Amino acid sequence: MNRYDPPPAVDVARRRFVQGLALGGAATTLGLLRPARAAATGPAMLTGTDFALNVGQMPVNITGTPSVATTVNGTLPGPILRWKEGSQIRLHVTNRLRVPTSIHWHGIILPFDMDGVPGISFDGIAPGETFVYQFNVRQSGTYWYHAHSGYQEQTGLLGALIIDPAGSERFTADRDHVVVLNDWSDDDPASIYARLKKNSGYYNTAQPTVADLIRDAQHMGLREAFAKRRMWNMMRMNPSDLSDVTAYTYTFLMNGQTPAGNWTGLFRPGEKVRLRIINGSGMTLFDVRIPGLKMTVVSADGQDVEPVPVDEFRIAPAETYDVIVEPQEDRAYTLFAQTIDRSGYARGTLAPHPGMEAEVPAMDPRVWLSMQDMMGDMSSHDGHEHGNMQGMDHMQGMQDMPGMAMDDHPPAKLKTGPGVDMRVPTPRTNLDDPGVGLRDNGRRVLTYADLHTIGGPIDKREPERDITLRLTGNMERYTWSFDGVKFSDAKPVRFHHGERLRIVLVNDTMMHHPIHLHGMWSEVENADGDFQVRKHTVTVQPAQQISYAVTADNPGRWAYHCHMLFHMEAGMFREVAVA
Amino acid sequence: MSGCAYMKRHRAWLACLALAMPCIGTAQDALPMTHHDESSPAMQNMDMNDNASYGMLLVDQLEFAHGYGGNGPMWEAEAWYGNDSDKLWLRSEGEGSREQIEQGDLEALWSHALSAFWNTELGVRHDLGVGPQRNWAAFGVEGLAPYWLELEATGYLSNEGRVAARMRAEYTLRFTQRLMLQPEFEINLYSKSDPAQRIGSVVSDTQLGLRLRYEITRQFAPYVGVVWSRRFGTTAAFARMDREPVFDRQFVAGIRFWF
Repeated sequence: MNRYDPPPAVDVARRRFVQGLALGGAATTLGLLRPARAAATGPAMLTGTDFALNVGQMPVNITGTPSVATTVNGTLPGPILRWKEGSQIRLHVTNRLRVPTSIHWHGIILPFDMDGVPGISFDGIAPGETFVYQFNVRQSGTYWYHAHSGYQEQTGLLGALIIDPAGSERFTADRDHVVVLNDWSDDDPASIYARLKKNSGYYNTAQPTVADLIRDAQHMGLREAFAKRRMWNMMRMNPSDLSDVTAYTYTFLMNGQTPAGNWTGLFRPGEKVRLRIINGSGMTLFDVRIPGLKMTVVSADGQDVEPVPVDEFRIAPAETYDVIVEPQEDRAYTLFAQTIDRSGYARGTLAPHPGMEAEVPAMDPRVWLSMQDMMGDMSSHDGHEHGNMQGMDHMQGMQDMPGMAMDDHPPAKLKTGPGVDMRVPTPRTNLDDPGVGLRDNGRRVLTYADLHTIGGPIDKREPERDITLRLTGNMERYTWSFDGVKFSDAKPVRFHHGERLRIVLVNDTMMHHPIHLHGMWSEVENADGDFQVRKHTVTVQPAQQISYAVTADNPGRWAYHCHMLFHMEAGMFREVAVA
Repeated sequence: MSGCAYMKRHRAWLACLALAMPCIGTAQDALPMTHHDESSPAMQNMDMNDNASYGMLLVDQLEFAHGYGGNGPMWEAEAWYGNDSDKLWLRSEGEGSREQIEQGDLEALWSHALSAFWNTELGVRHDLGVGPQRNWAAFGVEGLAPYWLELEATGYLSNEGRVAARMRAEYTLRFTQRLMLQPEFEINLYSKSDPAQRIGSVVSDTQLGLRLRYEITRQFAPYVGVVWSRRFGTTAAFARMDREPVFDRQFVAGIRFWF
């Protein structure tokens, strides 16, 4: 199917995709910030046990248009905080904004009142006030922090969190670089969200066109070309809907630098370099690779994994991966992070000397969502002919369609409704699918099936019960929810203190959802129920089912949500109460 | 017209609107915005926006038409305000000539999300233009059919016991990301003739428009187009009497915008 898909993006995206200012956004504005060295080294690093962090607003110029960012200590991203496992940390966070703020320590296991979610863990930090976060650090690895108030994270309130192990590193490296990716818009995120509510396709600059149809018809014949579109049209789903918000408004940053700004990490040939890659985006999945270098994944979400050599990996918002690269040659390498919808990319360079650069690869072709992204498990259907009507009866989205008979009746709870535009009664459960746009691309791409946390699960008990939550939404109305119920209409999900339970997530949408449970680990299992990998953010692909075990050992009230921030804002959020 | 006279003239219409309004208020008030777990203390500053209300104005057609029946402006616009499940809709369409509104209407509707792609609508319609300005109760459905066909079907009941119906279908055919063709079809039906309004019973008129627009931005697009309209039966007879065309082909040029 892929080879028939439309070629890379059409007019608008190309014209609008912003390469940014070469001198590098935040760093150059009014001389408020670190001078030009920032371009080479990224944000400052703060180490120790006591930190003073000031949240404030700052004028920035990232794209050529003046804008305002929300920052920590006046940098975007905020300073890298470096902690030591086993130490007690105190963070004095002062709010210099005119509205309440908060900082959430993403992936850190701590008492719930230190978790930093206004309305759930505490009241937030009022303007002018200082809140002191204090907790013991009982883990190590690569994490991050971000605001949990309004749209402050999307306007810059985020930064890296690196925790050195109490003992020695399992995977040693000669050098360490933190790579924070994020999506920046000069536009107010509240306006972006309002536009999505009015026209959910607003930022999609690769809508199916008559030109695509003609191109397909030339390849596969008119009949096939129509057949390929039939199911999507019947379901009122858009196969080009890979990202809700795209390069139409976003500029993609690496350590705060635009592609033209070219963040550079230095190395000496022959060295082992550890890259700690953090996706601090609001809405963007990135596909990361370094042409010419193999990357060995050694850690996922801060937890060491059995090393996996790969060419490329997909990273969803809030996920982190540590990779080790060993560049031997005295040359520059491009660190390339193209977005899932191929509307743009973040880019930096690994080089022996500052000022060098390597060729920036062209973005991969834009690929439409495929049948498995719509139907889930297709093995139960006869044949795999794309676009025909087989398996149509498995699509709940079809049920209110005039003239479409549904001959097998799925359970009543799988109905569609105002907040649910489709259902996937037979989701796919395999973890070895790299996902749309990465399938069969000729490169070795990381999947969750490759990830094995060293040491196995933290709790060997078999889960006592299952909680199934379906990830639901309505793309036309731009509403998102769990089980068709938005946060404001939902009761908290209750965990019994001390129990081991299983969460089963079924994605009834055609979008990726990185689901983040605060305060406790999510131990992902494979389809057979065997332990796979420990994560704080679990990405569920379209029409996929993923299950993970949780030990409810951290009493209190916790946030549980999709880390696509507009999905969260629209209601894909629950409170979890552990008691 | 003085405010008082306006009130008198439009009393029925305002009464219907007043009836519809409480429904909207109740629906919004019934949905709590904040935290609701009785067992835990209420905390401040939860920043979720999952029930916020938004507003939109879409002027789908604001154009100048040139046809057999003369020249003049035409419009079709809608505005809404509300949350995911309940919205107040205002809808208007019409045409004018020689600095007056020839015919048109304004509708105020409570729109409620019924299913994934469909909304119910309940409210009032007020006719504009020459002749008596009728008021109607309005009820209908509006939504997105398979193949991305935007449909509107509304039934009307007038204070004189007349029944009417209007159906509208619209589609967007994209040639490129900016250039698109918008076919639109509308049909109006009436149970009884209304000679004062020059409307005949059963199928009164149909209209088919093709508008080719170029989106300079997502929110602003100029367009050109052709509109074919046809009057039927008694409506056609009225038109012949008034020396108006039964069939008209208009060339139109206008802008579409929203915010």
